[in-house]
Amino acid sequence: MAATIQIVERTSESPHLRVGERLRVLIAHREILANLVRKELKVKYVASVLGAVWSLLNPLVYLAVFTFVTRVLGNGLPDYPVYLLSGLLAWNLFSASTLGGSRSVIDNANLVKKVAFPREILPLAAIGVALVDYALQMVVLLIFIVATVGLHVPDLALLPLAFAALLVFTCALTAWIAALNVRYRDVGHLLNIGLLVWFWVTPIVYSSGLVQQHLGDRDVLAILYFCNPLTAVVEGMHRSLYGVGVLPGPDGGTATWDMPLGTLAVVLVAVLVGSMIFLRFTWGSFFARSGDFAEEL
Amino acid sequence: MNVTAAPAIEVHGVSKRFHVFREKPSTVKQRLLTSRAKADDFWALRDVDLEIGEGTTFGLIGHNGSGKTTLLKCVAGILRPTSGTIRQRGRLAALLELGAGFHQELTGRENVYLNAAFLGLSRKQTDAVFDDIVAFAELEDFIDNQVKFYSSGMLVRLGFAVAVHVDPDVLLIDEVLAVGDEAFQAKCLDRIRTFQHEGRTIVLVTHALNTVIETCDRAAMLHHGELHAIGMPDDVVREMRYVLLGVTDPNFVPEEGTRQAEIAEVQIVPPPGSRQGRILRGDTFTIAIDVRQNEPVEDLDVDFAVLDGATNYPVMDARTSRAGLHLGRFDKKRVRFRIEGFPYDPGKYWVTVGLSSRETGHLYHVQTQRYMFEVYDAPRIQDRVDVSVAVEVDDL
Repeated sequence: MAATIQIVERTSESPHLRVGERLRVLIAHREILANLVRKELKVKYVASVLGAVWSLLNPLVYLAVFTFVTRVLGNGLPDYPVYLLSGLLAWNLFSASTLGGSRSVIDNANLVKKVAFPREILPLAAIGVALVDYALQMVVLLIFIVATVGLHVPDLALLPLAFAALLVFTCALTAWIAALNVRYRDVGHLLNIGLLVWFWVTPIVYSSGLVQQHLGDRDVLAILYFCNPLTAVVEGMHRSLYGVGVLPGPDGGTATWDMPLGTLAVVLVAVLVGSMIFLRFTWGSFFARSGDFAEEL
Repeated sequence: MNVTAAPAIEVHGVSKRFHVFREKPSTVKQRLLTSRAKADDFWALRDVDLEIGEGTTFGLIGHNGSGKTTLLKCVAGILRPTSGTIRQRGRLAALLELGAGFHQELTGRENVYLNAAFLGLSRKQTDAVFDDIVAFAELEDFIDNQVKFYSSGMLVRLGFAVAVHVDPDVLLIDEVLAVGDEAFQAKCLDRIRTFQHEGRTIVLVTHALNTVIETCDRAAMLHHGELHAIGMPDDVVREMRYVLLGVTDPNFVPEEGTRQAEIAEVQIVPPPGSRQGRILRGDTFTIAIDVRQNEPVEDLDVDFAVLDGATNYPVMDARTSRAGLHLGRFDKKRVRFRIEGFPYDPGKYWVTVGLSSRETGHLYHVQTQRYMFEVYDAPRIQDRVDVSVAVEVDDL
């Protein structure tokens, strides 16, 4: 028997979230997380001959189609496939996590009712599955970038920062939605519609540089546009993977938002810090509600 | 079994209230239109106090809906008590369901790892016991097949095999022992004994009262969410039987007598070859009574009575003196009453056993309604018999 005997006390009070302590609990239960992610991936590709290759095919087809389309039609953003995918992969990670996470507790109702384990693992597993896809697709994209346009070495330093901001923000929103969706199933439907709108207010398929030209110097609108944390994240991805780009045509201008690298870094740090505060709040809310999940399902 | 002072589980004044919605509001619209007052309150547990000593095996009994599983879920941390505190020491594993998290599309092997993780085993620990698990489940040939191709029996065996290879200090088991065929159940009980010898604390929720008597050190009975009885398994199980049958006579004395002669053991032996030891209507079975004489008794008379469990009315009895038997002096003897075809309806029956003096009627030892057996309906294929059928035809 272990030298230290753990003592657990359970009361009617919903426990207060102590982040450090809870992190240790989650780390102690990492096997469950790893197993759940493994399970989801296996189930996803079960009875398919190509398996995970399907995940790789998705960005490959995008790259092929848009390379072809821009060659033929010309006149769009320069290196549009790289521009599109560097933002789209981040978006896919975000939307797959929130969609999967919103259903994670409900879909595992049987586990929640019968097994005691930290409930955070369920939305985390949804994020984990999305991360695996993201990692595979990033490899494809990076290879493509190296093979065609080359990496922008100094700007690439923004990638970890943008990724960290994306991940923390995704975790925060996913935890919140997962907990709310247990009581109000509306949240799941709302999310579907919300994501549709969100996709189009984020510069993924269109040029953020053009948005900047339209908004002009009206700073309030520009700031408002950047209030969407995903705009900052996607701009970070664009900047680190795609670079600035120059729009064709008489006006010229940049394809991505024209701002100094340092400013973008500051914006991303702000998003990261804001997301951490947001995460602290949503995690606390998830943690407080999770004690009642078994009853509400 | 070493019973130390520090309890593994302490339950203090625990109550649990459920809101029972007629239809649960699960959208915002419904939530706004339905006031919370429409929910009915249901108290699954009321002010329960319990202490379960480290290294003991504790039986938790009670009829359906008495709150056993709710209490177990509160201890496991799946449910949060409405009031009161639960303190629990050591690593805990709760077996509320076999094969939790099993996924149809995964192979047996993958499911073992998944399920083991939920029960608190690391990948390395699972590696170490994996072969034992497969051998225990007797699934060596099928472990790499998807479990959707398993029979329900195979699934249950695999689920249990994982469950008994967990390594907790405290093990909560809810009814999961009642699975599989008899041989497999025996294997499971055997495994429980091993856990006991290893000094683990076990809490067993079950309807199998005999299992409680045979395996538990202590037991408690819940009744409508309240702690109705706690103590030695024998006493608690007897209390449970009285409550089940609605015996509420306060003058009821379960056991009396001067004990010059004593009832050592009573067995109700089903007919040989009966399925699962069941007694069917019309079966011939035996009530075997082992008697010990503590002091020489000359005129011992052994008798039993069978009472209908539904009504408490005696339906039959027999005694050795009526059969013309003189037992005389002895140290220990077994008296077998063979009931040649039990004619009464299916249901539960009590057995009262008594030792008395043939001459004076003095009571040496009586156990009133201490034993119970259940009679099942005999499955039968109806014979063809001639039934006269009247035929009438009317003009319309």
